[in-house]
Amino acid sequence: MQTVLGIAIDGVAYGMILFIISVGLSVTLGLMRVVNLAHGAFAMVGGYLASFAAQRLGLPFEAAAAGAILLTVVLALPLERLLYRRIYGSANELAQVLLTIGLTFVVVAGINYLFGPTLKRIPLPGYLEGVVELGPKAIPTHRAFVIAVGMAAIAGLWWLLERTDFGVKLRAAVDDPAMAAALGIRTERLYAATFALGVGLAALGGILGAELLPLEPYYAIRYIVLFLAVVAVGGAGSVFGSAGAALALGIVDTAGKYLIPDFGEFFFYAAMILILFRWPNGFFRRRTA
Amino acid sequence: MTGRLRAILLGAAAGVAMAAAPAWAATVKVGVIGPFSGPFATAGQTFKQAVEVYQAMHGDSAGGNRIEFVYKDLDQANPAQSKALAQELIVKEKVQYLAGFFFTPDALAVAPLMDEAKVPCVIFNAATSAITEKSPLYVRTSFTLWQATVPLAQHVYKTGVRKVVTAVSDYGPGIDGEAAFKATFEKAGGQVVDSIRMPLKSTDFAPFMQRIRDSGAEAIYAFLPAGPTTLAFAKAFADNGLKDRIKFFGPGDITQEPDLPALGDAAVGITTAFHYSRAHDSDLNRAFVAKHKEKFGNADTVTFTSVGAYDGTHLIYKMVEATGGKPDGAKAVEAVKGLSWESPRGPLKLDPDSRTVVQNVYLRVTERVNGALQNTEKETFAAQPDYGYKLGK
Repeated sequence: MQTVLGIAIDGVAYGMILFIISVGLSVTLGLMRVVNLAHGAFAMVGGYLASFAAQRLGLPFEAAAAGAILLTVVLALPLERLLYRRIYGSANELAQVLLTIGLTFVVVAGINYLFGPTLKRIPLPGYLEGVVELGPKAIPTHRAFVIAVGMAAIAGLWWLLERTDFGVKLRAAVDDPAMAAALGIRTERLYAATFALGVGLAALGGILGAELLPLEPYYAIRYIVLFLAVVAVGGAGSVFGSAGAALALGIVDTAGKYLIPDFGEFFFYAAMILILFRWPNGFFRRRTA
Repeated sequence: MTGRLRAILLGAAAGVAMAAAPAWAATVKVGVIGPFSGPFATAGQTFKQAVEVYQAMHGDSAGGNRIEFVYKDLDQANPAQSKALAQELIVKEKVQYLAGFFFTPDALAVAPLMDEAKVPCVIFNAATSAITEKSPLYVRTSFTLWQATVPLAQHVYKTGVRKVVTAVSDYGPGIDGEAAFKATFEKAGGQVVDSIRMPLKSTDFAPFMQRIRDSGAEAIYAFLPAGPTTLAFAKAFADNGLKDRIKFFGPGDITQEPDLPALGDAAVGITTAFHYSRAHDSDLNRAFVAKHKEKFGNADTVTFTSVGAYDGTHLIYKMVEATGGKPDGAKAVEAVKGLSWESPRGPLKLDPDSRTVVQNVYLRVTERVNGALQNTEKETFAAQPDYGYKLGK
C-alpha cells in the first residue's frame, strides 16, 4: 500500500513537471498549428537567463525567474515577426519543421558559445529546499511547488482560452483566419500574443524543470522527444489533454522504473504507443474546424 | 612561353617538395578521437588542453621527431562513426598512433583497424576492463571500474556497513562496477540487498530513490557516467531525504570537478574512490593545474580525463622515442610495457599484461574548502591493478 502511494505521489510529481515543460508547445502546436521544434530552445534560453540572473547578478529566485521569462519573450517576439509569421498555417508543415529545427541549432551553438558546455544550475530559495512529508512519503519541496504551479497553469489557461474575449477571438482566428479578419479581429496581433504566451510558458518550464532536466547547451535537442510525446498523447491544443497525458506518462514511467528498472524507458514508450493506437488524435482533440 | 614558364615553376616546386620530404618524415602524427562538441564537450576539451599542457611542459618533439596531434570530433557514443574516423585518420592523415576515446563502445570499434594497420591506440578514458583484451596494441592511461571499485568495496565493509544497494547505469562500465562491488563485498562477508540498473537516458530518479529507500540498505554504491544525468541523480538523492539515512559511495565520476559547482551542497559528504583529484597534494599536480591556468585562463575543467590525456601523451612520446619515429606498432607497445613514471595523480606503472596503468586509488570525501567544493583525499590504496582484466574469460 505504501509502495502504491509512493509511486502515485512520485508519478504525479514527475507528470506535473512534464506538463509544465510541455504545455507551451501544446499552445503553439495546438492553437497556432506551428510545429515548433524550437520549444526546447526557448525553454533552455529561459533557464540560462534565470541561472545567469541568479548566479552572476545575485538576484533572488523569484525576480530572476520573472525577469528571465519576460526577457525570453522579448527576445522571441522579433523572431515571430521575422520568421514565424511566414510559416503559419498547416500547409507549411515542412517549412515549419525545417525553420524551427534550424533555429534550435542556432540557439544551441549560441548558448554553447556564450555560456560554455558545463552544466548550469538555478539556485533555489531556502523555502523550496528540503522535503515535505506527505504521510509516510517525503517529496522534495521543489516538486510540491511545481505541482502547485502546474495546477495554477491549468486553471489559468482554461480560464484564458475558454472564458475570455481573447480566447474566443483566438479560437475563431485559428479556425478560420479569413473570416475572423473580415469580422475585424486583428489576427496578427492575436497570433503574436499567443506566440508570446507559448514562449513564456516554455521559459517557465525550463526554469522550473531545471532540477530534473539540467541545463546544458544540448538541452533543446536532448528533451524534444519528451515534449512532443506529451503533446501527441494529450492532443495538441488541449490544456486538459496535456495535463492528463503528462500525468499518465509520469505515473506509468515511475511505476515501470520502480518495479522493473531493467526495462528502462520501455513503459513510457509502450504507454505512448498504446494510447495513440486507441486515440490517434490524443486524449482530447480540440474541436477542429 | 607561358607553357615553359609553368613547366619550370612546376619543376621547381617538385624539387622543393622532394628536398623537404626527409624533414617531413620526422613528423609523427597522432589522431585523437573524442567528444569535442555536444553534451560531453567538456571531456574532449580536457583531452585537448592536457595534450597542449604536456607539450608546453615537455616540448613538441620526442627523440628528435616532431609530434603533431590531429583531433577528430565524435560527439557521442557512436561505434560506427568512431571506426570511420579512425580509418580516415590512418589512411588519409597517415597517423602512427590513435588516442582519446571517452566511451567504451567507441574504443572497442577501432580494434580491427588497429590490428590491420599495426597502429597502437592509447585510451585516455574508456574504462571497461574488456577493451585491452580485444587487441594487443591497446594501452590505457585512465582507470577501470574494477580498479576503483575493489578497494572501495573493501573500505565500505571496514566501516561496518553490511547491507548495500547498488545503482548503476545500464551499460558496460556500470555493469563492471556492479559486478566488481558485488564480488568484493560479498567475499568480505557483506550483503548486496538489491542491484538496480538504470537506463542511461533517465531523467527522473525519484522511483529509483524510492526503491533504494525500500531496500533497507545502510549504504549505496552508485556509478553513472560523468555528465548531466549524474548531477540529477546526486540531487535526487539529497532531495529525497536519503542523504541522512544512507551512506553514499561510488567511483569518482559522480563528483568530477567540473560538475561540483552545479552539484553544490548535494555533493558534500559523498565518499568516492578514484585515481585523481584536482586537490591531489603533489608538486607535479600543482604545476599541472597552474599550467592549465596559465594557458587557458582558468583550471575549472581539470579533472580525471585531463590526467588520462596527459599521461597518454607521455606514453606516446616514449613510444615515438623507442621507435625513432618509424611506424612499428608492436615495437612501440613492447617498449612501454612495464614503464614507470610520475604523474600528477601519483606514481604510475603500465602493467605489461593488462596494458592498463597500475596506480594508487584514493579514498576521497567531497568537502567545502575555502568556499569551493573539492574531493579531499583521505586514504591511499597503493598500486591497484586492473582487477577485471580477463575476468570474463
